[in-house]
Amino acid sequence: MAEFQPVLLANVGKPDSHRIAVYEAAGGYSALKKALKEMSPEQVVELVKSSGLRGRGGAGFPCGLKWSFLPKNHPGPVYMCVNADESEPATFNNRILMEEDPHQLIEGTILGCYATRASTAYIYLRYEYPTALKRLESAIQEAYAKGYLGKNILGLDFSLDIYVHRGAAAYICGEETGLIESLEGKRAWPRIKPPFPAVEGLFRKPTVVNNVETLCCVTHIAARGADWFKSIGVPADPNNPRDAGSYGPKLYCISGHVNKPGCYELPLGISCGELIDRHGGGVWKGRKAKAAVPGGISMGLLTAAEFDCPLDFVGPGRYGCLGLGTAAVTVVDETVPIVDFLHNTTRFMAHESCGQCTPCREGTAWALSMLNRIKAGKGRLRDLDLILEIGDNIGIIPGTTICGLADGAAWPMKNAIRKFRGEFEEYIKRTNPRGHMETDAVPALQVIGVH
Amino acid sequence: MSENGKSILTPAMIAEIEAYFPRYPNKRAVTLPALHVVNNHLHYVPLQAVVEIAGLLGLHPAEVQDTLTFYQFFAQDAPHGETQAWVCRSIACALRGGEDVMAHMCHQAGIEPGQTTPNGKLTIEAAECLGACEFAPCILAGETVHKDLTNEKADALLTQWGVATHG
Repeated sequence: MAEFQPVLLANVGKPDSHRIAVYEAAGGYSALKKALKEMSPEQVVELVKSSGLRGRGGAGFPCGLKWSFLPKNHPGPVYMCVNADESEPATFNNRILMEEDPHQLIEGTILGCYATRASTAYIYLRYEYPTALKRLESAIQEAYAKGYLGKNILGLDFSLDIYVHRGAAAYICGEETGLIESLEGKRAWPRIKPPFPAVEGLFRKPTVVNNVETLCCVTHIAARGADWFKSIGVPADPNNPRDAGSYGPKLYCISGHVNKPGCYELPLGISCGELIDRHGGGVWKGRKAKAAVPGGISMGLLTAAEFDCPLDFVGPGRYGCLGLGTAAVTVVDETVPIVDFLHNTTRFMAHESCGQCTPCREGTAWALSMLNRIKAGKGRLRDLDLILEIGDNIGIIPGTTICGLADGAAWPMKNAIRKFRGEFEEYIKRTNPRGHMETDAVPALQVIGVH
Repeated sequence: MSENGKSILTPAMIAEIEAYFPRYPNKRAVTLPALHVVNNHLHYVPLQAVVEIAGLLGLHPAEVQDTLTFYQFFAQDAPHGETQAWVCRSIACALRGGEDVMAHMCHQAGIEPGQTTPNGKLTIEAAECLGACEFAPCILAGETVHKDLTNEKADALLTQWGVATHG
């Protein structure tokens, strides 16, 4: 098979790739000009629908379908929120897109706003990306100067303003309704749905929330067509009515114990093992892998024996993981105690739980305090069942929380303990030879900060 | 007005905050930008600033304070150091020695995460994933990401930031 030629990353690495002159020299903004001249907003929605583009932020919801949920003939305003709060651990593809090729995102955002008749777009950017902030702001200025933003874009009855809104280091703002609340100046507590943002979102108006990479894909779909997009990736399984297919290119991040950590653009569906060996340069220091995260820590854990898992929208689910997530693979080598891995991911989730729903706030903190105890050599075998019980009972899948953060906290717990139970038990027995059979209650939870 | 009758927000800060007003259909949405403006200038957001921001935005101080405390990002009691170093402790960095770098830096600077050196030069903060995992372990300080850290590189940074080390 011929090497895949990058599309989303095509400009990355060119000198001044973030400037409009370089972007336009490579054909940038021609898709926008063509679409605005030749297509109605409805036709752009249909185009994206027929491309099979699914959201790249983690949930994989079909993008065109999301746009079509907006009420028809609404007097407006309609808002677009660009979700650039990329905070899932080990995920950095959106950062690269915004730092190296911000105009690709701006073109996709304008197309998305044209399709949805949005008149204002807010790019909700996480605090940790100051370079992206600078590049986006100057790119937006360049786009205004060229007439791609502002009043009567390209002489049409279509006006759009784009603003960057800077977050304040809270993971929950990546949840679309948490993002909306944060933008409105409130604490970022996710909303109960319905109503979905398409009906009542930002400032109580119809709102679309799209991920950065999703909108960058829109740019290329407008330029090259839906058939081109559908020719890449994995077609929908005709025997599975719930599979909407995994079409298009995807930015895969690889980090952790590999020789060449980085962001690689590949057709959806590459296996975890091939990604690690062919693109990540294999496991570092000549070691073997123990496990890998398939798509950000929220998605759970694949054992080394499961690396044949295809990284598309259905693959990880078949291996007991939550899903593809952000397609950010983190490799854990054989020297790492799986207890340390789970402690780290649980600490993250306990810290980032927004505190609104009791099962998530208390469950993550409780699991963390048990893992603290296990690491301190005071673990009990019973703790493993308790952590599993927490994992099975927090989240929108068991139906106990408002948003999916708790599912993301639960999956590493469930996968790590169910797939590495022997190692956990051995660790507890070895580090707590006298007390591992204790079953009495343990006093006092450690109080930890949440946001 | 604060106790001595002076405002904490300078005319420059107020102008910066008001420049955000046209971007949003209401002033409440300017809460986070306003907090960032004050934090950029003062390195913290004292209660008096919260009261004054609320006045500008037509909100109750409690509404601004409610939002502020949620993020655990804006210091309120004392300004953070001249340099605020966010040391990543999430999985990609932790796997490549991030927690060792954090422990080393804290030891050398003689402070714990969340604290500021006595000379006011440096605040070390524990950060969750900085999104620079291909360069793990890493630190975000100001607008710069310091990449592929080792203890030696951390020592050089501490010197650069004006922190006397205990090593």
